[in-house]
Amino acid sequence: MSFDVQKVRADFPVLAELINGKPLVYLDSANTSQKPNAVINAMTHFMQHGYAPTNRSAYKLAADATDKFEGARAKVAAFINAPKVHEVIYTKNATEALNLIVRSWGSANLSAGDAVVLTHMEHHANIVPWQMLAAERGFTIRWVPLTSDGLLDLSNLSTLLDGAKAFSFTAMSNVLGTINPIKELCAAAHKAGAIAIVDACQAVPHMPTDVQAWGADFVTFSSHKMVGPSGIGILWGRESLLDAMPPFLGGGNMISDVKVEGFTCAELPAKFEAGTQPIIEAIGLGAAVDYLTAIGMDNVRAHEHDMTVLALNSLNDRFGSDITIHGSTDAALRGATISFAYRDVHPHDISQVLDQNNVCVRAGHHCAKPLMRILGSNATVRASFYLYNTPSDVTALCDALSEAGDFFTL
Amino acid sequence: MPGLEDLYREIILDHYKSPRNRGSLEPPAVRSEGHNPLCGDEIEVFLVVKDGIVDDIKIGGQGCSISQSSASMMSAAVKGKPVEQARALIHRFKHMMSIDEGGEEPDTSAPLGDLEALQGVVKFPVRIKCAVLSWNTLAEALDIAAE
Ligand SMILES: Cc1ncc(COP(=O)(O)O)c(C=O)c1O
Repeated sequence: MSFDVQKVRADFPVLAELINGKPLVYLDSANTSQKPNAVINAMTHFMQHGYAPTNRSAYKLAADATDKFEGARAKVAAFINAPKVHEVIYTKNATEALNLIVRSWGSANLSAGDAVVLTHMEHHANIVPWQMLAAERGFTIRWVPLTSDGLLDLSNLSTLLDGAKAFSFTAMSNVLGTINPIKELCAAAHKAGAIAIVDACQAVPHMPTDVQAWGADFVTFSSHKMVGPSGIGILWGRESLLDAMPPFLGGGNMISDVKVEGFTCAELPAKFEAGTQPIIEAIGLGAAVDYLTAIGMDNVRAHEHDMTVLALNSLNDRFGSDITIHGSTDAALRGATISFAYRDVHPHDISQVLDQNNVCVRAGHHCAKPLMRILGSNATVRASFYLYNTPSDVTALCDALSEAGDFFTL
Repeated sequence: MPGLEDLYREIILDHYKSPRNRGSLEPPAVRSEGHNPLCGDEIEVFLVVKDGIVDDIKIGGQGCSISQSSASMMSAAVKGKPVEQARALIHRFKHMMSIDEGGEEPDTSAPLGDLEALQGVVKFPVRIKCAVLSWNTLAEALDIAAE
């Protein structure tokens, strides 16, 4: 199917909004994405016609709601090529999925003397849970450093992985845009006897995902970054690992039996889904997966690649040595998430001037403070493009940036 | 919609480009540090209190024009002033930023000087945190100095 960005844009009602008479230029999709009518309508339709509890009640409305809720799980499983549908666990977001892994798998497997390997480009969601458990258990955290062009420096990887029990890394940096060699990293982890955990929050929305081809053991991501609703995320894990792990949260739905003496766990996936689930959100996520599948993830990746080339070239052509773009200059090695510094104008001030032109970017540390320290700044401007962004969004960004430059060189 | 000139008044950009009392002080000066978790801004306040007077103050850290200029103006406004007056000014500034901490309405009779220029920040609610960062950090430094 051919990709037509104008057709895609027409699916996203917010992109037609005018703010103070000017169009919205949404360049913050690495943060969270906008929603298409397909998702909005699926959720609304479900609430109007089919809402009921799942997995609990025997009447027809509830059985149908359960079918839709489980149908969404099957869609997600197919989207990431999970071998088994019940390996797909609903969570609140990627952060909760990572905390689940650390608290459940980590508590059962990590103690003093053990090591876990992370990288210097991780989001806080893939750092802090490990640090919290390390403080209790006394295992060490080792860090894969970065090269000067923002790639992982893999020259000492085998030494770092030696004796480690887990290697947890991001598939794509949410600051630098770097796409990591996921397959190679999973293989290196396994060679060292460690499990491979992929934080795919920035990958699943932007490129084809195949957890089996990656060779991963756990993969986590959030619905809200992939045109789905907020409030739901996914943990995929190998059945054998999930089966052996203790439960994470306790409560309803996750049990097989409860007596005053104790409880037994439900089977997967319910074992890790305590309490009433994000039912409406699951329907929305299912619709998001259908939407992206119809467009084709290869097409999404190809469009973002083109946007990356255009944005990198335009920013460099127009601002030359006034702009420092972090990360790789090779669009084949990166996604369309572009962090930069512009002269010595503070990112917060740049984003203010951009906002005056309805250009929405993120200014800050992007929840990756260890990486920011390596970049030597405490904030960057980040413009992130998605399937609905166009060349005119790049122009709007550049125009607003010149205005910021003029304003701050009085 | 308020325009950029409401926010970035000339005097603000002046303090941003030529910050007053920039630097650090060695102990026995006290030091406190403030962070804006939203945007990563960091402010350090170094303070010497002698005989109930803010004898010396220096500002370190990195941040946007609003947080930096606010810190610069603050340092100029409190240097050489009695601690009580510095505390009253913190209260009054936060009140101007529409932060209600309870307590009495601040006395607004004395002129605010350069600080008046930061009034426009209130129209940009996300920037209020930038403007008050250094003031909260100063309050903490005054507390430490009083220990
Ligand atoms: C790489 C990466 N990991 C994890 C997260 C956390 O996602 P969420 O906030 O949806 O839990 C994000 C989101 O910013 C991210 O970019």
